[in-house]
Amino acid sequence: MSSETGKILTTDGIPLEESLKQAEKKNKIKAFLLVAPLLLFLIITYMIPIGDMFSRSIDDKMVTNMLPKTYKAMETWDGKELPPEEVFEAFYLDYKILVKNKTAGKLQTQLNYEKNGFKSVLKKLARKQKKFEEGNYKEQIMKVHKRWRNVEYWRAIKRRAPSYTYSKYLKGVDMYSNEDGKVVQVSEDRRIHRILWIRTVEVAFFVTLFCFLMAYPIAHLLATLPMKYSNLLMICVLLPFWTSLLVRTASWMILLQQQGIVNDFFVWTGLVADDNRPEMMYNKTGTYVAMTQILLPFMVLPLYSVMKTISPSLMRAGKSLGATPAVAFFKVYFPLTIPGIGAGCLLVFILAIGYYITPALVGGASGTLISNQIAYHMKSTLDWSFASAMGLMLLTGVLVIYWIYNKLVGVDNIKLG
Amino acid sequence: MALPKYTEPHYRIWHYFYLLICGCVFFFLIAPLFVIFPLSFNAEEFLVFSDGMKRLDPDAFSLRWYKDMIYGTKNPWGLAARNSFIIAIFATLGSIILGTLAALGLSSRHMPYKGLIMAILISPMIVPLIISGVAIFFFMAKVGLAATHLGIILAHIILGTPFVVITVTATLSGFDHSITRAASSLGSSPYNTFMKITLPLILPGVISGGLFAFVTSFDEVVVVLFLAGLDNTTIPIQMWTGLREQLSPTILAVATCLIILSVLILLTAELLRRRSERLRGINR
Repeated sequence: MSSETGKILTTDGIPLEESLKQAEKKNKIKAFLLVAPLLLFLIITYMIPIGDMFSRSIDDKMVTNMLPKTYKAMETWDGKELPPEEVFEAFYLDYKILVKNKTAGKLQTQLNYEKNGFKSVLKKLARKQKKFEEGNYKEQIMKVHKRWRNVEYWRAIKRRAPSYTYSKYLKGVDMYSNEDGKVVQVSEDRRIHRILWIRTVEVAFFVTLFCFLMAYPIAHLLATLPMKYSNLLMICVLLPFWTSLLVRTASWMILLQQQGIVNDFFVWTGLVADDNRPEMMYNKTGTYVAMTQILLPFMVLPLYSVMKTISPSLMRAGKSLGATPAVAFFKVYFPLTIPGIGAGCLLVFILAIGYYITPALVGGASGTLISNQIAYHMKSTLDWSFASAMGLMLLTGVLVIYWIYNKLVGVDNIKLG
Repeated sequence: MALPKYTEPHYRIWHYFYLLICGCVFFFLIAPLFVIFPLSFNAEEFLVFSDGMKRLDPDAFSLRWYKDMIYGTKNPWGLAARNSFIIAIFATLGSIILGTLAALGLSSRHMPYKGLIMAILISPMIVPLIISGVAIFFFMAKVGLAATHLGIILAHIILGTPFVVITVTATLSGFDHSITRAASSLGSSPYNTFMKITLPLILPGVISGGLFAFVTSFDEVVVVLFLAGLDNTTIPIQMWTGLREQLSPTILAVATCLIILSVLILLTAELLRRRSERLRGINR
């Protein structure tokens, strides 16, 4: 605005520029107030709890709170040789309270994670400490079990001193920090999580690929057919889209069972013998087939909405200029559909990578994904901090993909139905 | 799209091959749903087509499992259906109110930080359900709403609002704001303008967003699995338990009812979409 317009006054004598600014501000506040209820609701009930998952996943206050005096006394101990008498005394006093409150078991389990064999040593101490006399606790404790003379056990206690830990994240990728504080891999037979991560990405990738290969032709057909036919065929896409996930999973369980229709069909065609029906459910095949069918509409719809906007005259122009149908397709049509491909693929990939219900029902042991592991720790082992850590690792992956999606397509372009 | 007469033979073959592929994919999409219908009328307890059914023998069909669904002993479906409907209706209402207000604010050109706020509002749709489930469970447990209807309703409002926000924002994108200004200049109060002018025009978007929210809530199982106690089982939870333990034909009877429900929802959504396009003057 030039300096002259600043001089124009409104009827109340306020400069126009200021008055407009005020109106603008009012409108901003009005717009924000409309969004505020939902925003606040989501921040309180959703965003903060997700943040809470993070503090839960690194929380390690349990041992710290159980041995307050010990850790205070350990502050000056360098960890090279056996700790001084004060540490032994503090540990004895802390442990005595735990035994009295019957919470010593928790400490035993926790410290046993840190150093194998700690449990029995602590149990023995719990029995013997009742007869302890005042003074010279170092001698008395070391007399209970010879392992108390081993500085490794004291170092194990000290390692649990910080009230936060990233060990759950290491556990999520089958690693742990060993006695020297180095991060190492767990022994080969116990590496279960990395297999699950790889399998999850693999399943999500192939489901996305299958969905793409199947959705592209039918989206093209739907976009090029006359309206009255395409509307009818669209129902084939939309009906599964609106149908309950569990209903669709149930129908796959019926189809894929050993006496099911798919197997019947294979036997009828002579592909397999009647007494040698393949197991198609409770393994990866079941997961692939069911997930592809369930997620297929999410690929068809964005592809369709992009293809609908491509004028058929472009292909005709390409052909009239001498391109063969194949060349015209790959040089003209295909590049124009890339936004739809990006949207569909990333949508399906994001949905597939966090899938839980279908793999849990038709996946069996070899078809379960990382989500199933999270649910398992939430509901069965109750290791909520580990579940939170794995959930956040998965979330980070999804957010990265979402960020790419946003860069390529823009979240505002999501179309439904 | 009939082929012109001058089409070369090899292209013609390719074209029929392409139609065949499309046919197979459509079959793959829709056929699994149709397995459920006949099997839910099975007179026997097994989930395979009996010989009688293959011969279309009337005795092989019965309404046994539908009766079991409604009158069966220790019947969990009645309670589950009631819970499902109560939760879904309230969750839909909550999602519609919060989502429509937010969409109105978001579509105002004065809205600051539009991109960031939009990203937050639709995040429940992007974050994998299992993570949402864990986070919402922690929150509800902390405030003492785990295993209550209210807790599940709130959780479903979280999951349902993104759909309302998206559909209503889309409807508002073709909205001519000069009509509301015209109404105001003619002396209408903002409330009156909203009720008489804005709402009727965006109603198709609101309802179709509401349908999405309803279906999301009605079909949601992951979050409810974490939140539900014995008193708040829903239809999906019952189906989940049934599918895990033993696949009984009663589940198929329920599934058939759910498919019929989804056909009704599909028809409503389709009618609304067309009406909305007509109102916004989009002709395709």
